[in-house]
Amino acid sequence: MNGYTFAEKALARAAGLSAARAGDILDVQPDLIFSHDNSAAIRRIFEQTGAPAVVRPERIAITLDHAVPAPTTQHAQNHAEIRRWVQEQHIRHFFEVGRGICHQVISEEALVLPGETILGADSHSTHYGWLGAFGMGIGRTEMAALWAVGELWLRVPESMKITLNGKLQRGVTIKDASLRILGDLGVAGGQYRAVEFAGDTLSTLALDERPVLPNMMAEFGAMSAYLPPDQAVFDYLEPRRTRAYTPLYPDHDAIYAEEYTLDVSNLEPQIALPHQPDNVVPLSEVIGQPVQQAFLGTCTNGRFEDLQAAAEVLRGHRVRCRLVVIPASSQVFLQAVQSGVLAALVEAGAAVGTPGCGPCMGNHMGIPSPDEATVSSANRNFRGRMGTPDAPVYLASPYVVAASAICGHLADPREFLPGHNPL
Amino acid sequence: MTVHRVWVYGDNVNTDVIFPGKYTYTLKTPEEIAAHALEDLDPAFASGVRPGDVIVAGRNWGSGSSREQAVTTLKYAGVPVIIAASFGGLYFRNCINQGIWPVVCPDLSQWVQTGETIEINRQAEQILAAGRVFAIPSLSPSVQAILEGGGLLPMLQRRFGKVDT
Ligand code: SF4
Repeated sequence: MNGYTFAEKALARAAGLSAARAGDILDVQPDLIFSHDNSAAIRRIFEQTGAPAVVRPERIAITLDHAVPAPTTQHAQNHAEIRRWVQEQHIRHFFEVGRGICHQVISEEALVLPGETILGADSHSTHYGWLGAFGMGIGRTEMAALWAVGELWLRVPESMKITLNGKLQRGVTIKDASLRILGDLGVAGGQYRAVEFAGDTLSTLALDERPVLPNMMAEFGAMSAYLPPDQAVFDYLEPRRTRAYTPLYPDHDAIYAEEYTLDVSNLEPQIALPHQPDNVVPLSEVIGQPVQQAFLGTCTNGRFEDLQAAAEVLRGHRVRCRLVVIPASSQVFLQAVQSGVLAALVEAGAAVGTPGCGPCMGNHMGIPSPDEATVSSANRNFRGRMGTPDAPVYLASPYVVAASAICGHLADPREFLPGHNPL
Repeated sequence: MTVHRVWVYGDNVNTDVIFPGKYTYTLKTPEEIAAHALEDLDPAFASGVRPGDVIVAGRNWGSGSSREQAVTTLKYAGVPVIIAASFGGLYFRNCINQGIWPVVCPDLSQWVQTGETIEINRQAEQILAAGRVFAIPSLSPSVQAILEGGGLLPMLQRRFGKVDT
């Protein structure tokens, strides 16, 4: 008999079973569930269920991050409703305005651990694969049901294996590799599936880079995505965790619906053109396209190393277009302040905002005018995503965002990196 | 055995054209939500749909965002079944949880046209259309139970002894 994939093992564990296979329908009890500014809407569905109170409030996390600080009275009322609810239901893992984006904060707080299952009312809940957890996005009614009864039915997805080999060149990042995967296989390439990453590239990635891969897999149609956790992940979690865990790894003879391999050693910077994340070309094909705004932030690329990468490019330069920088969390913000990275960004002309989602989904703090193009370090560029349907949005790495900010048009960051030899 | 009129659509229809994102926070009543069903895909749908009509689509119906209104807009319009070659993963879940029956049928959209009728036989797990028989894959008993109970919310309401909303 064949071995098991990560998804099969993790969901069997979450359902209290000794084994499960792709296609099985299980009732799983997640280790953590979370929601954000949508928690007030979920509360209203919860009230309709007739459930007396949330079960297992210690396993619920709520962040205020999508529109913070509140840009309108309506947003403020929404936040106030959530604060009241959190108090009423004794939800301890509540993170106020300014703490940061749900996925980053929950990772920093080590609220989910390797081998565990986390369900979030957010499509980028695939993110937690960087910790070796099974993360999946769910709808509002499903979250209300989880609050009410603590379990939810899931179909164990088939798995797809993506192997990354080689070491990325300087100025090229795992974001470029993620965009290349989307460009090669399309936005439905991972439909219904759990993606498992493998290959020697993974261990060369810094911790701040790793979430990019599973985060971007939400754009791939994947239910979940996973990176095998290594010592670097365990060391990160050690001072933060509050419970024991057992990491899970796929068996070598597990069954995959599809396999795909990418050698990243000669990869060039990539970019997604408007209005789809799989509309990907090598950056070199579109160098010189004008941009009026550059946005560095989001759960995809708003961590410390992303800010540091941008600072590396920007030192000694002034931006020629607006550069909006939103750190993914207060910890990222603090580290950027203490290390001098933030000073370098501000000296170059950046406008810095409160940790949170910023303009990623068009709520506020950087909505483009219809005739303005934005180059963004985010994960999706669907029409209207940033609040303005006609405004073109390009997706790229923090390096590319920074270089383009200097030039006022799409630019190759490698020309701005110390020690670069012109090709 | 039930008889249904069909509305036929192609591949990769995403949730934005099933129910435009711009309405997600403003429209609240079932009538309002139903009035905008498929607005950006087929302007004739919302005014022409009759209770009991079903959707027949190609691959990847309902890809994109996880918005539940992309399912409820059709439910409120009276559509009891959506048949597609494949579904977006979150959309399939939302169908079950909102009490709309999602049927995976790889070929049906090739054989029927909008306005024609098909017969659905739940017991025999078959669809009769264009003089042919198409098999309906069975759902697991627990999923079937949610569907037959009208979806996740009514199921919880019964569990917690709440009669009505
Ligand atoms: S940063 Fe963007 S993609 Fe990430 S959670 Fe916020 S809105 Fe979603």
